[in-house]
Amino acid sequence: MTPMTEEQINLTIDNPKMSARDVKVFYGEKQAIKGVSIDVGMDHVTAFIGPSGCGKSTFLRTLNRMNDTVASARVEGEITLDGENIYAPSMDVVQLRARVGMVFQKPNPFPKSIYENIAYGPRIHGLAAGKADMDVIVEKSLRRAGLWEEVKDRLHDSGTALSGGQQQRLCIGRAIAVEPEVILMDEPCSALDPIATAKIEELIHELRGRYAIVIVTHNMQQAARVSQRTAFFHLGDLVEYGVTSDIFTNPRQERTKDYITGRYG
Amino acid sequence: MSVTPTPPQRLPTDWKSDAMRKRIAGRYAAERRFKYAGLFAVLLSASFLAFLLVTMMGNGLRGFTRTEIALKIDFPASPLLLDPAAITDESLNQANLPMVTDTVAKKLLGADADTLLSPTAWVSIRDAIKADPKILSRTETISVPASTGLDLAAKGQGSPEMEAAVARLKQQDVLSTGFNTSFLTASDGTDPTQVGIWGAFKGSLLTMIVTLVLSFPIGVATALYLEEYARKSWWTDIIEVSINNLAAVPSIIFGLLGLSIFLNLAHLPRSAALVGGMTLALMTMPVIVIAGRNAIKSVPPSIRDAALGIGASPVQVVFQHVLPLALPGILTGTIIGMARALGETAPLLMIGMRAFIATPPGGITDPATVLPVQIFLWSDEVSKGFVEKTSAAIIVLLAFLLAMNGLAIYLRNKFETRW
Repeated sequence: MTPMTEEQINLTIDNPKMSARDVKVFYGEKQAIKGVSIDVGMDHVTAFIGPSGCGKSTFLRTLNRMNDTVASARVEGEITLDGENIYAPSMDVVQLRARVGMVFQKPNPFPKSIYENIAYGPRIHGLAAGKADMDVIVEKSLRRAGLWEEVKDRLHDSGTALSGGQQQRLCIGRAIAVEPEVILMDEPCSALDPIATAKIEELIHELRGRYAIVIVTHNMQQAARVSQRTAFFHLGDLVEYGVTSDIFTNPRQERTKDYITGRYG
Repeated sequence: MSVTPTPPQRLPTDWKSDAMRKRIAGRYAAERRFKYAGLFAVLLSASFLAFLLVTMMGNGLRGFTRTEIALKIDFPASPLLLDPAAITDESLNQANLPMVTDTVAKKLLGADADTLLSPTAWVSIRDAIKADPKILSRTETISVPASTGLDLAAKGQGSPEMEAAVARLKQQDVLSTGFNTSFLTASDGTDPTQVGIWGAFKGSLLTMIVTLVLSFPIGVATALYLEEYARKSWWTDIIEVSINNLAAVPSIIFGLLGLSIFLNLAHLPRSAALVGGMTLALMTMPVIVIAGRNAIKSVPPSIRDAALGIGASPVQVVFQHVLPLALPGILTGTIIGMARALGETAPLLMIGMRAFIATPPGGITDPATVLPVQIFLWSDEVSKGFVEKTSAAIIVLLAFLLAMNGLAIYLRNKFETRW
């Protein structure tokens, strides 16, 4: 375990949306995350990169407490959203997950209509004041997800009948519909073809600034294209975190350099 | 640096050698053998099914018809003492109709009339008078059921004397064969020409309703709890093993359980659909739990993630996503369990549903019997006329089962999600 140097954690952002301090995650006896501290800002897309099994997805899932569903998982340390500890007993996990939305690796629309997929979140949180308002939310979310033009004539077709890329944008739209503050994306393009991937990346660009976005990817080019900050994870450690261009052109750590030059991964 | 040992040398594979050809031929032969074995198995089971259906239909369809004798009764001349203006149940009962019928029939058909008519033939006459008292002042032709012996003879299975009687009656042109509506509307009786399936059918229906109402909610709730809420521990392991064992326990044991708990301990009414349904619910519940758990398990975890990820609470995830997607599987399991319960006889014998019950049950606490038990009882009867009634009852039971399975398929298709 490499001790953190000042340089590595020189990642304090003036006004962090979320910040983690010394977060450790255990699955039973096995430690998956070995003390990660990081700040996620509102204005940039943050990419988590690293080889398979390095803990980047695990760490991402601690940010909206999706690890709660794993019986053996245990989280130590502190994670705050707007300065409020999300693991505090007073934090309502249902509301947390509405504020910190998530997009998964495999597109997972509900086996319902496109409209229902978007409307489900606002409905359970009581965000829409009537049918007309819901229509507005659905259209706005689908427009932001870049899907409106493609599906506006078949809103009541099944969401699962869409292509893989469209399904993933539908899932992004579904996350957007509840007006989250942070969107976590867990390898959102790994099941998609290059054209669909390009569309998602474009979408991420457009969403930047409106939401704090954290994206896990094993595709370094993708991290370089879409993110402004990059964190490199290896074996449960946060090895290096910094401005994306620095990480890719001038990595400070030997391990980061080895990884981005393709020595292992 | 270590020296790599030279790998052992081998000749390249000859894909055209004789041994290779033989192996390929053998593989194809094995595939053919397997195909024919499967085909044989299918044909064998199909022929058993066909045999069953053909014999059932052959015997049973006759059970739906009955031979009737037209009696041309001259009421004014008959020894019947009834005032057409005051026909009540009481006056009909006091009119001694059975004897009157006997006298009239002897006059019309000869001295052996009492062997030709069903012992309950007078009931048809009573019903006719009740329906229209005006017939008492004229001559009216009323069709009454023939005796079992005559009925069998008319269908070609009777004794020589009866065959002769059939020939004689045919000459008089009073014999007819009609659809036996009373088989579908009457209940159990002592005379095969008068028995019906309605009482047992209604008993089965009531029992099934009790079973469904009890076992479905409890079974589904158990499955949901075990799959979605219970933490895995030795305690849940024990529950799981117990449920699997319960599903395999012989049904007669559930009957004993029902007898000792529901009847002896709780003093619920004996022979009633309520207790029958409760006993069968005990038997059906484990089947529903197992089917339900499998259906819930097969809901993709990505759907749960998706719902949790936008902030659905666990209850919302279960009731708005998991349960709707698992419903087709749960329903299929439920219908399989219900079909098994419908055909169950042994546990119901234990709780007294084998009683002779001549009136259809009015509610779940009335004494009742069910279709399979009725079949069992009739198959035990000495009178030859019950043979075709037994087969006819089996046809009704099979039709009931078929309807239930059809409902299952319909529901499954209706709720099935297209991915």
